[in-house]
Amino acid sequence: MNDQSRVGPMNWLGSFAVLCALVALWWMASNAGWVSRVFLPTPQATFASLLDGLNLSGGSGNGELLAFTQATVGRMVQGWLLASLFGVLLGAAIGVSPAVRAWVQPTLEFIRPLPASALLPLAISIFGLNPGMVLFVVAFGAMWPVLLATVHGFAAVEPRLSEVARCLQMSRAAFVWKMGLPNAMPDILAGMRLALTIALIVAVVGEMIASQSGLGQAILLAARAFRASDLFAGIVLLGLIGFVSNALLALAEKRLLRWQQP
Amino acid sequence: MTERGFFRWLRPWIFPAVLIAAFEWYARRASALGSDALAPPSAAAKAFAGAALDGSLWQATGFTLGTAALGLLLGAVLGIALGLVLGLSRRAAQLGSLSIEVLRPVPSVALIPLAMLTFGFGVRMELAIVAFATFWPLLVLVQSAVQQIEPRLLEVSRVLGLSARERAFKIVLPAIVPRLFVALRLGVAVALVVAVTVEIAANPNGMGYAMMIAQQSFDPALMLAWLGWIGVVGFAVNAGMLLLQRVVARRMGVQP
Repeated sequence: MNDQSRVGPMNWLGSFAVLCALVALWWMASNAGWVSRVFLPTPQATFASLLDGLNLSGGSGNGELLAFTQATVGRMVQGWLLASLFGVLLGAAIGVSPAVRAWVQPTLEFIRPLPASALLPLAISIFGLNPGMVLFVVAFGAMWPVLLATVHGFAAVEPRLSEVARCLQMSRAAFVWKMGLPNAMPDILAGMRLALTIALIVAVVGEMIASQSGLGQAILLAARAFRASDLFAGIVLLGLIGFVSNALLALAEKRLLRWQQP
Repeated sequence: MTERGFFRWLRPWIFPAVLIAAFEWYARRASALGSDALAPPSAAAKAFAGAALDGSLWQATGFTLGTAALGLLLGAVLGIALGLVLGLSRRAAQLGSLSIEVLRPVPSVALIPLAMLTFGFGVRMELAIVAFATFWPLLVLVQSAVQQIEPRLLEVSRVLGLSARERAFKIVLPAIVPRLFVALRLGVAVALVVAVTVEIAANPNGMGYAMMIAQQSFDPALMLAWLGWIGVVGFAVNAGMLLLQRVVARRMGVQP
């Protein structure tokens, strides 16, 4: 484990070669017709669809995918920010008091395994089919990991710290700000990372069901019209969104938690 | 003392009871004003009893749970197998790392249209997506579990001259059983969520679809009944897995 940090250039090259081999396998399978091209487009067709959709091919592209990507990323990020804000606020309010925790936490634990997308039908019948409804479900679904992580982080504050706070006669707000939040920070960041994944998933499902323009709707329509290369282009973009957002957050986490490392 | 015990037992139920009562009051007032978007929980309970009596409840629940279990089985077998290989061989782990990092962040729901195109509607498409979604967490957790095996155990197996197969089944698998169950518990939760999501988004079977149809036919009572039931099923399955994980950990002599 400990020498994983110094991966040599040879290993990196080998790892890259394996990825290339997988793409080559895809190329062979689709070009030689092992798998019907209705399901599996060739890599070059997928790439052409990507260039075309992202308006990179020089004039002929329609730029549709670019707009869809922006819509999906916007929905995901907005929902995630709302989820993080309300998750931390509610979590701090619940977590700071053992009495409130005892009353409310069993209910929270019950709701935790509920799939976020199961709230879509309820939200549709309350709010109707509109972008605000999808944003609400994204934010609500992504809020749970942050909320529960915050509650957990507050519950795990070292008892001696609480005693110190009492001795210093800190106000409750000061306790939250100076002891609770810093202590819960690692938990909160882990929860926020999970929340980002959930936000992307719920945003895509919401776009599929509520026909809001975005990548979710785009890939569903592409599949219905048997445009496999457009479908794959959408999947590639969604994978890219997941990869980039996760990497950015991992980076932010490392920076924010630098004070923890000895 | 007993009164205190009773209160402790009762306390978790008070907050949800208040929530449900408030919802009942609000929904009744809304329907009195002519809105048909919501139904009071009492109507939902009635709709739930109806669905339970005519058998549609059990049929849909069976479909969802069965598909989730089969998909998890498929994803878990593949994930555990690859996780063992990557955990035992550092070279394999390094070679595969980039491909895994590239493929893993693809959201499972992005594959719904592809699975629809490939398999049509039904068990197979849902199975494929659940398997994909559960494959990655199991792969990652099993790999890290294998990498954390006491090195002396592997040295013993080398001294004994065990073959790779014997080493996997006699040394490695028993050593990772407690961690494996932690990974499986996560896998079960993921499988259930993904199965319901696939049904809501596309597949015309199971609990998710039943809820979607109730919404589309303006039957908010039935829709709420399904929502509550999905919550209960999810909670029960997760609680059962937690129990199983603890029992296994105790049997294997690990203090959780």
